[in-house]
Amino acid sequence: MHIAIIGNGIAGVTAARFIRKLSNHDITLISTETEYFFSRTALMYVYMGHMRFVDTQPYEPWFWKKNRINLKQAFIDKIDAPNKQLKTRNGETITYDKLIIACGSKSNKFGWPGQDLEGVRGLYSYQDLEYMEAHSEGLKRAIIVGGGLIGIEMAEMFHSRHIPVTFLVRENSYWSMVLPTEESNIVNRHIREHGFDLKLETELKEIVDDGNGRAVAVVTNKGERIECGYVGLTAGVSPNIGFLEGSGIETKRGILVDQNLQTNIPDVYAIGDCAELRNPPAGRRPIEAVWYVGRMMGETVAHNVCGQKVDYAPGFWFNSAKFLDIEYQVYGDVQAKAPEHHKSLYWEHPDGKKSIRMVYDKNNDQILGFNLMGVRYRHEVCDKWLKEKASIETVLQNLGLANFDPEFYDEYENAVVALYNQQSGKNLQLKQKRGLTAALRFLRDKIAL
Amino acid sequence: MGFIKYIGLGLFIIALSIFTLSLGLDHYQLTAENISADTDYHREAILEAAKGNGMLDKEYATNFAFIADFKKTLLSAQETLDRQAQANIPEGVDEWNFRLGEWKFKDYTLLTTKHSSTGPVADHPFLFWLLTIGLGILGGLLFILPDLQNIPGIKNNRIYHHTMTRGLKLGWRGVFLVTVIVGLLSYGVFYMGKSLFYPALTLLVVGLITGLVFFYERSINNTPARSAGPENWTAWLGIFTGIYLIGFYLLLYWAPEYITSWIVLSDPLSYLLNGGEASRWFVYGMLYTVIVLTMGLRMLVKYRHNMYQVVRTTSVMFFQTAFAFLIPEILIRLNQPYFDFKNIWPLDYDFFFKNELNILIDNGGIGIFMLVWGILLIIVGVPLFTYFFGKRWYCSWVCGCGGLAETLGDPYRQLSDKSLRAWKFERWIIHGVLVFAVVMTILVLYTYFTGSYTVLGFNSDTVRTWYGFIIGSAFAGVVGTGFYPLMGNRVWCRFGCPLAAYLGLVQRFKSRFRITTNGGQCISCGNCSTYCEMGIDVRHYAQRGQDVVRSSCVGCGICAAVCPRGVLRLENSSEDVDSRTEQIRTIMISEDEVRLLS
Ligand SMILES: Cc1cc2nc3c(=O)[nH]c(=O)nc-3n(C[C@H](O)[C@H](O)[C@H](O)COP(=O)(O)OP(=O)(O)OC[C@H]3O[C@@H](n4cnc5c(N)ncnc54)[C@H](O)[C@@H]3O)c2cc1C
Ligand code: SF4
Ligand code: SF4
Repeated sequence: MHIAIIGNGIAGVTAARFIRKLSNHDITLISTETEYFFSRTALMYVYMGHMRFVDTQPYEPWFWKKNRINLKQAFIDKIDAPNKQLKTRNGETITYDKLIIACGSKSNKFGWPGQDLEGVRGLYSYQDLEYMEAHSEGLKRAIIVGGGLIGIEMAEMFHSRHIPVTFLVRENSYWSMVLPTEESNIVNRHIREHGFDLKLETELKEIVDDGNGRAVAVVTNKGERIECGYVGLTAGVSPNIGFLEGSGIETKRGILVDQNLQTNIPDVYAIGDCAELRNPPAGRRPIEAVWYVGRMMGETVAHNVCGQKVDYAPGFWFNSAKFLDIEYQVYGDVQAKAPEHHKSLYWEHPDGKKSIRMVYDKNNDQILGFNLMGVRYRHEVCDKWLKEKASIETVLQNLGLANFDPEFYDEYENAVVALYNQQSGKNLQLKQKRGLTAALRFLRDKIAL
Repeated sequence: MGFIKYIGLGLFIIALSIFTLSLGLDHYQLTAENISADTDYHREAILEAAKGNGMLDKEYATNFAFIADFKKTLLSAQETLDRQAQANIPEGVDEWNFRLGEWKFKDYTLLTTKHSSTGPVADHPFLFWLLTIGLGILGGLLFILPDLQNIPGIKNNRIYHHTMTRGLKLGWRGVFLVTVIVGLLSYGVFYMGKSLFYPALTLLVVGLITGLVFFYERSINNTPARSAGPENWTAWLGIFTGIYLIGFYLLLYWAPEYITSWIVLSDPLSYLLNGGEASRWFVYGMLYTVIVLTMGLRMLVKYRHNMYQVVRTTSVMFFQTAFAFLIPEILIRLNQPYFDFKNIWPLDYDFFFKNELNILIDNGGIGIFMLVWGILLIIVGVPLFTYFFGKRWYCSWVCGCGGLAETLGDPYRQLSDKSLRAWKFERWIIHGVLVFAVVMTILVLYTYFTGSYTVLGFNSDTVRTWYGFIIGSAFAGVVGTGFYPLMGNRVWCRFGCPLAAYLGLVQRFKSRFRITTNGGQCISCGNCSTYCEMGIDVRHYAQRGQDVVRSSCVGCGICAAVCPRGVLRLENSSEDVDSRTEQIRTIMISEDEVRLLS
C-alpha cells in the first residue's frame, strides 16, 4: 500500500513515523517548502543567530532513508480523488492508496491596501524567513501588525538585530483574547521594558507605496503615519487549503474531518493546522493551530490509516510560549473572559514578571486550569489533577508536586497558599514541597492526596 | 554602554598583545651566576664549556639564538663529563648522575634561559604583570559588567553570526584535527627518543576506532551527515583563537624555554604565595585561575536570572581558586607536598606514580592523609556522590577542566557535534582512554611493588611516559582546550577524560540523577541540543517524552536554561533508579514511541 502525505511539518512527519512503526507500507512525504523536516517554532532562533538552520531539523538527513520514508520536494496542484492521484506543479502524477493532507497554515491578510508590496510579509515558512533576512540589511524600522504569538516573536527577532520595532495591537492589551488581564499586563510591561513601541488599540489601515512597489510607511486607524522599511503581518494564520478547490474534499475554514480524522472522501485524511474537526471534543476548538495538535493528530491518523480505528482524543488543553524573557505555560481551561462559574486564585510576584493563576469552579471547588508566567509546572501532575477533578484545596496543599522550576529557584507555593488563606479565611498548610520522588509517587498512584 | 564594552575589548587586546610580545622583549646573557644546574660538577662543566665556545657574557638579542648556543654548550659539557667519567668520578656520586644526561637538558635550558634574561620584563616583572594579566582582567571586566544593564534572560543573540563563535564546517574541522594529531604523533616519535613504537600503536588504535565506528557500527551508512556549517572560514576569529591556544599549549608543554618572560613576570606573585620563584606550572595555574574567575564572572552576569547557574559557577570558581591554586601553593610554602585535594585518579593520572607516592609517604601524617584521601575519593567519593547527584557534582561543580570549559568555554558550547556518529566515536574513545589509564596504572604499581620494569614485554616507565605525553598533555591540553573554538568546549571531557568515563558509568547504571522532560510541552525547537556542550541530542529525548539518562551529561543545566518552553529539569530521585530510561511522560504519545527509533 502506498501512503502519500502532503506536508512535511510536525503533523505529516509524525504520521509518517508512526505508519512506519505500525506497518511496512510505502510512504511518500511531499512538501514544497524544504527538503527536510524542520521545526517551524524555531525559525526565530535562526534569524536571531541562536541556531543554524540545520539545528532546527529534529532528525539527521540519513534518518529518512533508514526508516524508508521517501521524501519528495514538489508542490501539489491538484488532488484527483476519484482516481487517487496527485498532480504536481511540474506535471508529475503520484498515485496513492491513502492520502494524508497535512498542509498547514498560511498567514492571514485582511485585504489591507498595500499588503502585497515589497517588504510586507508574514512569518510562517522558511521562505518568509529568507525574505525577512534579505530585507533586514540597513532596515531603519519594522512594523509588526497583530498582537499574537508570532507577532511578539517577530518583534524580538528584529530587536535582536537592533532594528527598532513598532508593534500595532488591535486590542487594548497584548493577546487579550487569550490571556487574562493581569497576565496580559505583565507582557505589556515587559514589551515596553524592551523598548518596543507598543501601540495598543491601533489597527493597520494602509501600507504606503514608495512609488516603486516598496513599503515605506503605514497609516493606522488613528491617522498616524509611521515610516518603516518592513511590515510584518502577524494577524493570525488560517488553513492553507487553496489548492483543494474542486477536489471534492469538503472544507469550511479548514478541511472538515470526523473523529478519526477522515475527510468526506474515504482514504483521504487531514491533520494538523489545516484540519477542522466537525465535532471537536469538549473544551476544544475545531481548528487548533499549534504544534502539539499536529503531533497528536499525526499519531492518531497513523493508527487509522493502518487499520486500527482510534478516535482523536487530545485530552486537556495545554500550551506554552515565551514572551521575550518571560515563559508562559497553560494547562486546562483558562479563559480571558472567564465564564460566570470560573473563579481564579491569582498570585503575582512583586517583580511583576512571574505569576501563578489557578482557575476553579466556584460551585464545587473543582480545579479547571493553571496559567503560569515565569514559573514552570509539571505537565503530568497538572493533567492528573484535572483528570481527577481535584479540588482547589487539595491542589494547593500539594502544590509542590507541580513545581518544575530549576533547582535553587525560589519556591512560591507557600505564598500561593497564604494568598488563598487570606482570601478565603481558611488555614491550609502546604504539605508537599517540590521534589521528583513525591511527584513520581503521586503519578504512580502510590500516594493518595 | 556599548562604548565601555569597546574600551574593555580594546584594553584586552592591548594586554594580550603585550603578553604575546613580551616573549621577544628581553635580551639574554649567560653569566657564571645564572647557570642553573642541579649539581656543582654540572655547573662547572657548563661554565667551562660556555667559556670555551665564547657564550659566556655574550649578549643575545633573542632567546632563539641564546637557546641554540646553549644547547651546543650543554652538548660540549656533556662530552667533557663523559670523558671525566671514564677517568675519575667524585666520591659518593654514581656514574649515571655524574654524566649530563639529555633528560636534564630541558630543565637546565629553561631555568638558565629564565635567569639569563635581562631587559624590560626581567627588570620590571610586576609592571609587566600589571600590563598583561592585570590589564587583561580590567579589560575583561569592562567588557563583561555593562551587560548587567540588559534585561536578564537567555541572551544568545547572534552567536552564529559572530566570527568568534560560529564554528566551521565539518570537513575543515577534520582537517584541523588530523593535522594536529599527525603533528603530535610525529613529535611523539621524537619525544620517545626516536622510537616509532608507541606513536604507531596509537595511530593503529585511532584507525581501529574509526573502522569500528564506520563499519562495525555502520555509521558509514549515516549519510548524508548533518552539515555543520558555515561552509567558509568566516569564523576566522575563532580559528585564530584556536591556533593561539594550541600554540600556547605546545610551548607550555614542550618548549617552555621560549616563554621564560611569562614565567619571569609571574615571579612576584609566586614569591608572595609560595615563597619561591615561579615555574611554568605556576604560570599555567595562575592564568587558569584568572581566566576561570573572569570568565566565571561573565557566566554569572549572563545567567544571573538562573540560580542553578549562579551557584554552580560560583562553585567552580571557588574550587579552582582555593583547591587547585591557592592551597597547593600554600602547602609548598609550609614545606608540605604539593597536593590538589579535588583532583581524582584517573584524571590525576600520576597519583600512583612512584615519585608521587614516595613524596606522600615520606611526609608522614599529612602525606598519609593525602594518600588515603585520594584513594577514598576514587573508591567511595565517586560512586557515592554520583549515585546521589549524578556526575555533575564533579564535572560541572568541582573539576578544573570542567571549570575552564564552563567559563572560558561557554561561548563555544554550541559547536559540539550532535550527530549519532560523534556519539559513537565518543564512546569508543573515552572508554579506550579509561582502559589505557587503568592498564598504565597497574603497570606502574606493579613496578612500584616488585621493582621490575617489564611486564608482558612492556616497560612500565615507557608506557607511563607515553600516557603522559599523548593523553595527559596532547589530548587534555592541546586538543582539549585548543579546539574549544573548533569543536566545542568539552572536547576533552567528552572524548578523553578517563575520570568522566568512570563517573559516567556510575551515572548511567546507578544514579538518582536524570533530566526529566515535561510531558508533551516540547516543540522540538532544538535549543537544548544546540547548547549541550556534551553533544547530547537532548531534543531527541525531550520530543518523545523520555528522561535523559546519558553517561556523558555533566549536568551543566544549560539545556534546561535555554529551553523556551520549560521542558527540562535536572532532578534526583531514588524512586526509579533502575527504570529511569523507561519513564515516558508525554501524555499524548503512546509507549511504542520510545522504542520507535534508535
Ligand atoms: C513562527 C512560528 C512560531 C510558532 N511557535 C509555536 C509554538 O511555540 N508553539 C506551538 O504550539 N505552535 C507554534 N507555531 C505553530 C506551529 O508551528 C504549527 O501549528 C505547526 O507547525 C503546524 O504543523 P503542520 O504539520 O500542521 O503544518 P506545517 O508545519 O505548516 O507543514 C505543512 C507543510 O506542507 C507544505 N505544503 C502545503 N501545501 C502544499 C502543497 N500543495 N504541496 C506541497 N506541499 C505543501 C508546506 O509548505 C509546509 O511545509 C508557530 C508557528 C510559527 C509560524
Ligand atoms: S544534557 Fe543538558 S545538563 Fe547535560 S551536559 Fe547537555 S546541556 Fe548540560
Ligand atoms: S526540550 Fe525545550 S529546547 Fe529542547 S527541543 Fe524541546 S522545547 Fe526546544
